[in-house]
Amino acid sequence: MFFCQCVGEENWEDSRTVYIGHKEPPPGAEAYIPQRYPDNHIVSSKYTFWNFIPKNLFEQFRRIANFYFLVIFLVQLIIDTPTSPITSGLPLFFVITVTAIKQGYEDWLRHKADCSINECPVDVVQQGKVVRTQSHKLRVGDIVVVREDETFPCDLIFLSSSRYDGICYVTTTSLDGESSHKTYYAVPDTMAFRTEQEVDSLHATIECEQPQPDLYKFVGRINIYKDKEEPISRTLGAENLLLRGATLKNTQHIYVCMMTNDSVVKIYKAVINTVLKYAWQWSPDRDEPWYNHRTEIERQRHVVIRAFTDFLAFMVLFNYIIPVSMYVTVEMQKFLGSYFITWDEEMFDEELGQGAQVNTSDLNEELGQVEYVFTDKTGTLTENNMEFIECCVDGMYERGLGPLKTKKEYEDLFFRALCLCHTVQVKEEETVDGIKRGIHQGRPTSFYISSSPDEVALVEGMKRLGYTYLRLKDNYMEILNKDDEIERFELLHVLNFDSVRRRMSVIVKSSSGEYLLFCKGADSSIFPRVVSGKVEQVKARVEQNAVEGLRTLCVAYRRLSASEYQVACRHLTEAKLALQDREQRLAQAYDIIERDLVLLGATAVEDRLQEKAADTIESLHKAGIKVWVLTGDKMETAAATCYASKLFRRSTQILELTKKRTEEQSLHDVLFELNRTVLRQCSISGLSVDCLDFGLIIDGATLSAILKSNQEGGGHGNYREVFLEICRNCSAVLCCRMAPLQKAQIVKLIKASKEHPITLAIGDGANDVSMILEAHVGIGIMGKEGRQAARNSDYAIPKFKHLKKMLLVHGHYYYIRIAELVQYFFYKNVCFIFPQFLYQFFCGFSQQPLYDTAYLTLYNISFTSLPILLYSLVEQHVTMETLKREPSLYRDIAKNSLLRWPVFLYWTCLGVFDAVIFFFGAYFLFDNTTFTSNGQMFGNWTFGSLVFTVLVFTVTLKLALDTHHWTWINHFVIWGSLLFYVIFSLLWGGIIWPFLNYQRMYYVFMQMLSSGPAWLSIILLITVSLLPDVIKKVLCRTVCPTATDRAQVTVFLW
Amino acid sequence: MMASSYNAKDEDGHHSGSVSHGGAGTAKSKKPDNTAFKQQRLPAWQPILTAGTVLPAFFVIGLIFIPIGIGLYVTSNNIKEFEIDYTGVNVDSPCYTCANNFSWNSTTSCSCTVNFTLEQPFENNVYMYYGLSNFYQNHRRYVKSRDDRQLNGDATALKDPSNDCEPYRKIGVETIAPCGAIANSLFNDSLELYYVEPSGALNAVPLAKKGIAWWTDRNVKFRNPAGVDLPTAFKGTAKPVNWRKPVYELDPSDPDNNGFINEDFIVWMRTAALPTFRKLYRIIHKNQSSTSTLPSGRYVLNITYNYPVLSFDGRKRMILSTISWMGGKNPFLGIAYITVGSICFFLGVVLLIIHHKYDTRSNSADIPN
Repeated sequence: MFFCQCVGEENWEDSRTVYIGHKEPPPGAEAYIPQRYPDNHIVSSKYTFWNFIPKNLFEQFRRIANFYFLVIFLVQLIIDTPTSPITSGLPLFFVITVTAIKQGYEDWLRHKADCSINECPVDVVQQGKVVRTQSHKLRVGDIVVVREDETFPCDLIFLSSSRYDGICYVTTTSLDGESSHKTYYAVPDTMAFRTEQEVDSLHATIECEQPQPDLYKFVGRINIYKDKEEPISRTLGAENLLLRGATLKNTQHIYVCMMTNDSVVKIYKAVINTVLKYAWQWSPDRDEPWYNHRTEIERQRHVVIRAFTDFLAFMVLFNYIIPVSMYVTVEMQKFLGSYFITWDEEMFDEELGQGAQVNTSDLNEELGQVEYVFTDKTGTLTENNMEFIECCVDGMYERGLGPLKTKKEYEDLFFRALCLCHTVQVKEEETVDGIKRGIHQGRPTSFYISSSPDEVALVEGMKRLGYTYLRLKDNYMEILNKDDEIERFELLHVLNFDSVRRRMSVIVKSSSGEYLLFCKGADSSIFPRVVSGKVEQVKARVEQNAVEGLRTLCVAYRRLSASEYQVACRHLTEAKLALQDREQRLAQAYDIIERDLVLLGATAVEDRLQEKAADTIESLHKAGIKVWVLTGDKMETAAATCYASKLFRRSTQILELTKKRTEEQSLHDVLFELNRTVLRQCSISGLSVDCLDFGLIIDGATLSAILKSNQEGGGHGNYREVFLEICRNCSAVLCCRMAPLQKAQIVKLIKASKEHPITLAIGDGANDVSMILEAHVGIGIMGKEGRQAARNSDYAIPKFKHLKKMLLVHGHYYYIRIAELVQYFFYKNVCFIFPQFLYQFFCGFSQQPLYDTAYLTLYNISFTSLPILLYSLVEQHVTMETLKREPSLYRDIAKNSLLRWPVFLYWTCLGVFDAVIFFFGAYFLFDNTTFTSNGQMFGNWTFGSLVFTVLVFTVTLKLALDTHHWTWINHFVIWGSLLFYVIFSLLWGGIIWPFLNYQRMYYVFMQMLSSGPAWLSIILLITVSLLPDVIKKVLCRTVCPTATDRAQVTVFLW
Repeated sequence: MMASSYNAKDEDGHHSGSVSHGGAGTAKSKKPDNTAFKQQRLPAWQPILTAGTVLPAFFVIGLIFIPIGIGLYVTSNNIKEFEIDYTGVNVDSPCYTCANNFSWNSTTSCSCTVNFTLEQPFENNVYMYYGLSNFYQNHRRYVKSRDDRQLNGDATALKDPSNDCEPYRKIGVETIAPCGAIANSLFNDSLELYYVEPSGALNAVPLAKKGIAWWTDRNVKFRNPAGVDLPTAFKGTAKPVNWRKPVYELDPSDPDNNGFINEDFIVWMRTAALPTFRKLYRIIHKNQSSTSTLPSGRYVLNITYNYPVLSFDGRKRMILSTISWMGGKNPFLGIAYITVGSICFFLGVVLLIIHHKYDTRSNSADIPN
């Protein structure tokens, strides 16, 4: 998003070079290639004033649906058509115009936004002076001054800050919605620059990778040239890069160098495949009786051309089967319907001050089809509100804050380790949200911020135990120890956390000159590297804690001699300076350094379950949804959470598929044994109602083994299938020790299994993003770990418990609504077009329309559109309370049950039946007789009007029969539509319309209503048409009622 | 990047922030409105179609429809209708010669006489129709081949009618009035009905030609173009190709029945819905003196045979019919009502049985729960 390669740049080398202040490097270093970077003109708008109409039209007609209707319209214009071009032109024009106005308006807003950004004043350092210019005039390499509360005009490299320690605070609210302050670091060699002149004297080039699509990844190098010396190279990481759109906070001003600029790429997706349906007959005999000659031109046409135009005419006549309005109605339903999720008060979280968000409305109905829920554990099932519970030092453990009876030396080291080995930052209150907090707490305090709540919990826990981490100042970490003395450690290196290593380390130099490496991490990643310490006791304790559902971390240290430190230092620097494969080389370096550790102890942090998480999971189970927990935690911790959240019950038989087991037996044996267990159990319990439910626990290592076996061709058969088979029979699955990518792999695996179930992934952290994107429906929790998940999701909800309402109520409603909408639309257009088709047999296949043009045009636009739209917005076949109380109702709509072939066939048959009733009812009535009391005869338009009147009433009343929830809106639109039809017809036939060149409908409707038999036959035909549906409904309900039917009746009886 | 955590939370050094003391204190309250609509809690009536609710409806429909059906059926049966085909397909039919010797160019008209007998007297007003079969008045090309502006007396449309009228739009430079295929193929047989007195004398039955077209058509939709008299109004236009007389001489007996407002013409211009159709030709008003309008007995139908139908395998009929409040003879509606009523009644009974059976079963099944 923020890095975008311009077309011309793609051919360049992998790295790009930026000359700060546009100064050439000293001769001999590198050849100065003046590179042409585009200026900083931001264009996010799509159109200009001139190209709006052609470009917008082009964009709109790229959608197949629009194009299809355009073709129909053009065909109508060109050939001699049965219906006026207006019938399809008007709706198309309407749709296109509305869309164009909407897009135009949005683009105008973008123009305005662009303009304000581009015109935004920016201070640039030129020849040692600050010059004010406009944002869009910035060039790559300019040195820019940014002041507090200003927004960065482009991506910038942070050179120096007004703060003495060379850092600045930034909020990225406008980028990702996170309101917390993030710390960025100036390039160490330039952070001393204070004035414009100093900054301007800087002579350096920046090399970096070409812009990448990843927002938070940046690898680069700065070469600083001092007089006649070899250039000094420093690495640049993402911590030096300030992203465009972020805002500077708590820092007076900073000097930065402009790096890149961007343009916005828009992706368009063309959706909707429409099916052309047409009927084609040809009757050459008696085609041209004396009373009805063709024109000369027509007669001269070649028979092929005649056949072709006839075909087109039929196409035009029957194109209403897929009306423009259906397309529009479905879009509108989805768009408007999603507001009910946003408006839902029950999904509003007071604490966060936010309700549910809908990022895409295309998936509303899929919420009703979910078969698998993949949930993250931390922050999703649990609060992610960590509390320090206990620490275990050298085998001795203590809950809470009591004194530890342990060797002083170890204790000191342990607490120092926890105080030093972290990336927590200290924030002083009054400078952050000054007034608010200050008043609130009475005195200025400091608090900790970190991306990981565990760390905060640990550091706070340490504070309560008497060791307070004060701050990081000039690379010195300051700790206030138990005796109120300040200890200072020089922070030499931070070996950052990553999810592969699952640990982090710091190298510090104590005041006594000792080099110390502190390392903390998951037990599995620490124990193999430990050489001494009371491993057994600690291990036992860690396991004990994990069973209780606590999150455990192990702490270890290592003393480094000066030479060891030099070696380590060299490894790190080399890796950090690498331009290519830096990640990999860093990992290698870390691996070399973090070894031969001495185990100090372990910590336990509690993460409480979210409110109503158990209830939600239980409901999902009852709804027939399989819940999988995917977590990076260790098995015991995760399993404890699963029991607490009722994912596993006491009765659940747990199957383990873990590394521990596969070490004993081969993967093959374990898999097949489990499969046998599952199958045997199911075949035995096939008779009893309660099939014993299974829970599967699998870990990351085994999973990758299973997945890998498949790629190798699988000598022992296809494990993947066996695994899926086991999973299918388990009601709950827990996957622990998952890497983020593995989470996505699992989702993909299930998604691709042969039933193609609808999957839903829910998570709150950045590590869940991959699975959220992979699953059909991605739900993000607006949790404590930032907004990545929420931003990448289709829906965002504040708490896990809201998932219940989201799926069971909203999902259910949306599904039945859209199912009815689609099928009803099809039904009503079958009813509409099929009589027209039948009429062709009685009019010599001449494509004579049965209905008047006005009726053809307005049928889908106004006579029958609003009732179904409103139905699809407000229908509630069962009350919300019932849906929530009885999650099993969700099973009734599982597997797309309302949109499957039998149902579709039923609707089609009903449509055809009704159409036959309409047509032949009118046919027999008109057959060779008069039905006025004055002997006068009716013509073809009366015939059509009769059919049409019956049609409109039947179709509307059919919807009325389907409506289970009659609010005043339903009454209004249903009866209003019928009334509108009658009034319109009276008006349409009541006047000689001067702008029309035909008056075929004049008085037709009124003449029809003046005849008794017409009334009688309308009533009769409507009754007959509705009869089968009523019978079917009543029979189904009485003979084989579904759970939904029963629930409706219970409510009814109350 | 300064992110670090131990639970695989950050995969690729993403920024993410978290504040220990709930630092996000700036969150605005975006609490949604608690309105019934937004919370989807509008008060609603929730009807359910159960056997219990539908049953009475079925019985009621049955009870209403069957009497209506019987009434309609009886009414329809009381209507007397007489139909005679005079096309002249067979050699022994009276109009055989006329039908087969037809030529568009002949100046003399061919006439033939058909004899028939009414077994029963026709009471009240009797309506005389002509019927055509296999005549596609609903063909698309035919239906649109007219110009309603011209027929409404529009002066410009009279001289320059719509292109829809092609190929019956112009002859040479003169426009055709009325233009189009419908007008061109105006039914021009004339029918005369004679009652054969028991004495053998022919007694002409008076045929009224007023009131056969819709009032609104005659008075609003169809209008003659403005002019001192009709011939001047239609000056400069040609008669349709197949016509013998121009439009303003259609009815020599009544000057008000000429031009576009000629009722026979208007009746013809209302295109029929189906290929077999009938159109009102004349009305035989009930005469005050005698008891029946058309007493039973022998009749003679005199036909001036102008309209060829054999070329497209068509048929021509003459129909005499009385009319009730529900129109002409049409047993269909009555039968349909009786059938539907019976079906509803029957279904009602079936549902009652099913309802009873399943209701007790489900009740007993519910008790253990």
